[in-house]
Amino acid sequence: MAEIKNYTMNFGPQHPAAHGVLRLVLELDGEVIVRADPHIGLLHRATEKLAEHKTYLQSVPYMDRLDYVSMMVNEHAYVMAIEKMAGIQVPLRAQYIRVMFDEITRVLNHLLWLGASGIDLGAMTMFFYTFREREDLFDVYEAVSGARMHAAYYRPGGVYRDLPDTMPQYLPNKIRSAAAVKKMNENRQGSVLDFLEDFTRRFPGYIDEYETLLTDNRIWKQRTVGIGVVSPDRAKAMGFTGPMLRGSGVEWDLRKTQPYEVYDKLDFDIAVGVEGDCYDRYLVRVEEMRQSNRIIKQCINWLRQNPGPVIADSVKFVPPGRESMKQNMEELIHHFKLFTEGFQVPAGEAYAAVEHPKGEFGIYLVSDGANKPYRMKIRAPGFPHLASLDEMGRGHMIADLVAIIGTQDIVFGEIDR
Amino acid sequence: MTNDLTGLKSILNETLTDKIVSLEERLGELTLVVKALDMQSVFLRLRDDAALRFEELLDVCGMDYSTYGSESTEDGRYVVDVVHAGPRFAAVYHLLSLSHNQRLRVRVFAEEDALPVLESVNAIWPSANWYEREAFDLYGIIFTGHSDLRRLLTDYGFVGNPFRKDFPLSGTVEMRYDATQRRVIYEPVVIEPREVTPRSLREENFGRH
Repeated sequence: MAEIKNYTMNFGPQHPAAHGVLRLVLELDGEVIVRADPHIGLLHRATEKLAEHKTYLQSVPYMDRLDYVSMMVNEHAYVMAIEKMAGIQVPLRAQYIRVMFDEITRVLNHLLWLGASGIDLGAMTMFFYTFREREDLFDVYEAVSGARMHAAYYRPGGVYRDLPDTMPQYLPNKIRSAAAVKKMNENRQGSVLDFLEDFTRRFPGYIDEYETLLTDNRIWKQRTVGIGVVSPDRAKAMGFTGPMLRGSGVEWDLRKTQPYEVYDKLDFDIAVGVEGDCYDRYLVRVEEMRQSNRIIKQCINWLRQNPGPVIADSVKFVPPGRESMKQNMEELIHHFKLFTEGFQVPAGEAYAAVEHPKGEFGIYLVSDGANKPYRMKIRAPGFPHLASLDEMGRGHMIADLVAIIGTQDIVFGEIDR
Repeated sequence: MTNDLTGLKSILNETLTDKIVSLEERLGELTLVVKALDMQSVFLRLRDDAALRFEELLDVCGMDYSTYGSESTEDGRYVVDVVHAGPRFAAVYHLLSLSHNQRLRVRVFAEEDALPVLESVNAIWPSANWYEREAFDLYGIIFTGHSDLRRLLTDYGFVGNPFRKDFPLSGTVEMRYDATQRRVIYEPVVIEPREVTPRSLREENFGRH
């Protein structure tokens, strides 16, 4: 019989299941993992250092590029930290818009996760299904901000502008006739809210489709049930947050326990797992999409009935409107100062956290009273999750490691920062 | 969030007594400063005391206070006219108690500026592992008792601590593929340091008009 020894294997960084640029050095005993050592930093852009050299407003688009599948939620934590330090009151309508877009973003993130994690474990169809829905939500992003992904829509004091009354339309081209395009444009005749409402009506049916494909699927269950089990105590000790923590049965959601914006006025439930394995975390995320859909519906109703300002009335932090800037000297000076020197934030420190689709996303901001942050630390939820890969993967097969990386919802934009 | 920080404040005052260097409440957040020597005992108390129970260490943030409060020139250097009093390096810990739904920030200054050393809390919270490696990598803070203190985010063979305030934003070396040598080579950066918007400090009563 051949003599079998432990050996080391390199995994990634260019591996389709590495979710970007994860490099793993695996110590194996046969096909069983003895130790997994993730090497990260291949996407390190020093966002925190860059922010120290930019004015506060210039760093908002950097936030989109952290976790590049949940763009607006990243911005949310950042602007909340500034608002906390500067003492800016955000108008109620802006808070509802932000909550609505946070939930749209959560759906976007979970859809990508579901598709990607499906592909990792061999369920190819999932990816096409989820990307069909992501397309609609990207159109909503585009309608309000002009960008399909990196929106830079949230600003200190509110959001960039109010929701538009029209949706962009498809145009006939060589591939699609006018009749076909007319059908595609059917639900785009009204405002953004009408389009979104139509989406929320369709979406629960789509989730049922995903569940038909996966929830009782024998292969899916064989690949996820009992894989990567984390006990509640270990989950807390390892710094887990979000679906990773809830999957282990800990009832903790910042939207409920430490509500920010208008989450305390909305009606929704949080999903909690039992076993703490990959399958439970899958169920938690699917249920979160249903709950997000509920929240979006409530926000649409409120936003329909309550017009109003969407950005704070604070001349020292919020740029003036375009028209008044062109006519009024005082406004012109404010505009010029805000976009050259930027605004100064009072000296001090603040930590603002939001319930990001992946967990707790926090911004720790230290200001010495200048127009740039003295230090900005990004608390990325994926960072401690990936750090636990060694512990979660130990004793599993290499194929299970792919399931574990999938369940952790790794995105390197936020981990490497 | 339960904004009743007075309760937590009095509990901290009772349990930690003379180990507190300062305990300050600002913007609805509580910041505790302790000495590096007391770190282990204080953090153990914070985690295990039934009235405190900070089960989760959310974040460890390295800090370099050397240019705090100074403006910058057009080439991006800091004008160090206000010398920051006190130690240069610190680690800021963000703790979360799920049982009591409370947050706490703990700041520990490293005594030596030339060789900042703090104790590792990896044994108290396993999540400290990578956070401490990160602070070691970016700030050069050494955490004693950490079992595996390697660089985490920077390149293999990287020299320097990039997040220190005296480290240039553009870095010191740049990398390119050299066609004649047929390999990747490292060279000193050729980017001129420049700053489009200089740092400017807040005037008195700014925004109160």
